[in-house]
Amino acid sequence: MDIIIENLTKKFGGQRAVDSISFEVKTGEILGFLGPNGAGKTTTMRMITNFITPSEGNIEVGGKSMNDASEDIKKHIGYLPENNPLYHDMPVIDYLEFVAGLQGIPKQDIPMRVVEMIKVTGLNAEKHKKIGELSKGFRQRVGLAQAIIHDPQILILDEPTSGLDPNQIVEIRKLIRELGQEKTVILSTHILPEVEATCDRILIINRGKIVADGSADSLRKQASGQEILKTRIEDGDPNAIFEALQGLPSVATVDFSDRQHNRFDIQSQVGSHSAKEVFQLCVKNKWTLTELIPTETKLEDIFRELTTN
Amino acid sequence: MNTIWILTKREFRSFFDSLIAYILLILFLGISGFFTWLFGSDVFFVGQASLRAFFMIAYWTLFFFIPALTMRLLAEEVRSGTIELLLTRAITDRQVVIGKFLSTLLLILVALVFTLPYVITIGSIGNLDVGAVICGYIGLTLMSAAYISIGLWASSITRNQIVAYLTALFIGVFFHLLFDMLASSFTGFFGQLFNGLSMRVHFDSISRGVIDTGDLVFFLSLIVLGIFLSEVSLSKRSLSN
Repeated sequence: MDIIIENLTKKFGGQRAVDSISFEVKTGEILGFLGPNGAGKTTTMRMITNFITPSEGNIEVGGKSMNDASEDIKKHIGYLPENNPLYHDMPVIDYLEFVAGLQGIPKQDIPMRVVEMIKVTGLNAEKHKKIGELSKGFRQRVGLAQAIIHDPQILILDEPTSGLDPNQIVEIRKLIRELGQEKTVILSTHILPEVEATCDRILIINRGKIVADGSADSLRKQASGQEILKTRIEDGDPNAIFEALQGLPSVATVDFSDRQHNRFDIQSQVGSHSAKEVFQLCVKNKWTLTELIPTETKLEDIFRELTTN
Repeated sequence: MNTIWILTKREFRSFFDSLIAYILLILFLGISGFFTWLFGSDVFFVGQASLRAFFMIAYWTLFFFIPALTMRLLAEEVRSGTIELLLTRAITDRQVVIGKFLSTLLLILVALVFTLPYVITIGSIGNLDVGAVICGYIGLTLMSAAYISIGLWASSITRNQIVAYLTALFIGVFFHLLFDMLASSFTGFFGQLFNGLSMRVHFDSISRGVIDTGDLVFFLSLIVLGIFLSEVSLSKRSLSN
């Protein structure tokens, strides 16, 4: 099921928490929402799941508008809210049976679905415990289980790996990727590596507006075409080397990263690569090139650039 | 409607999981038993085969206990955030509200069923007016339903359970006590008005075995109003929050 968001806006009092955002998510796509706290990620997700009504704009799911067919659309959505709210006094099995019933799963299928969910989320040892007795990681798994128990076409996951240990995180990411193959998934996170590992596309939201929309690779290309080479050039006077490097046509700026050990950071001009010129320069001046390390612009840096102003 | 029953069942079980139900039952039955059999205008003191003593004491204990049952119904869901999951499922606000209403009513009915031994006992030692007994229980049930409805609404407007309790009690005091007092101070139009709004008037009327349309209108209006306003509260929260 495709999701189409058009000019979605939410105002709280005078403030625009979500400011006219538009984007699409297609079936089989996993979209990552990235953004600082307060950017509007959770508010957007709450509007898609119909917990909050938008001030302006349209939400279309599978061709139907949320304004007209919200009951119908909600059947196809599985939602894991921020902070994973659960009933702490209910045992895990009872809770999943309750959710299954509410989501319209036929009575005779419920036990089977619950068993399946417990298996998939690894809750077998905890299934009779009250939710309040579980650790945060297991509660998170219960939250995931209730989101997928009715096998929805759409998954909206607000920080799904929050509170999980590294092993659990790997498992859950694998699960999300598997689910994402046939479903439409939107997940929000603060963890940048997670976005790269799990998502096909990234949406960076800042102060209610979309500031970036694309795959991790395309975002990198957009953000800055300036490669940075970390180099170490020995057997020469640091200052002389510095001047010579600056004189190279493909080089934009040079910095000392460690003057004592002749280490330099060389930033190329946009679209250029300086490695060859640096090498040839060293050969010409009989300097010894002992380190030449290209660095990619990290997603963290792109994120910072787009969200701090 | 299956959805409503699932919601009702869950909430009903939650009363027992949280021990509220046990405490209520013990207190309610304890106090009822005490004043029906041992103290004040108890059965033996009055010397008549009737459950009047019980109905009189239950009239007051339910008034104080029901807001304690209803106070967490919606306030707790909002405070803990579970309301977000509830309202994003393919169920309506109305189903949520009715489910919670019915679960509390069911608990009260269970409490009343536990007092049936009183009926059997008195019936076996005297000439019991069964009709009056049935009407008394109907009166208690309708009164409970009305107060549950008010309590539910009070729980829907705040996330603080104590505020919910006090608000419900405050509103309840008007129906339970104040309108009756005002009715006796006024004549004419206002006297009639307050009379019509007084819980005691309608409860006594039903207990006497006269089920008047005016009484039914009174109870049903309160029940429906409370449920409707709770629904409105829920959707307003979603709009602004």
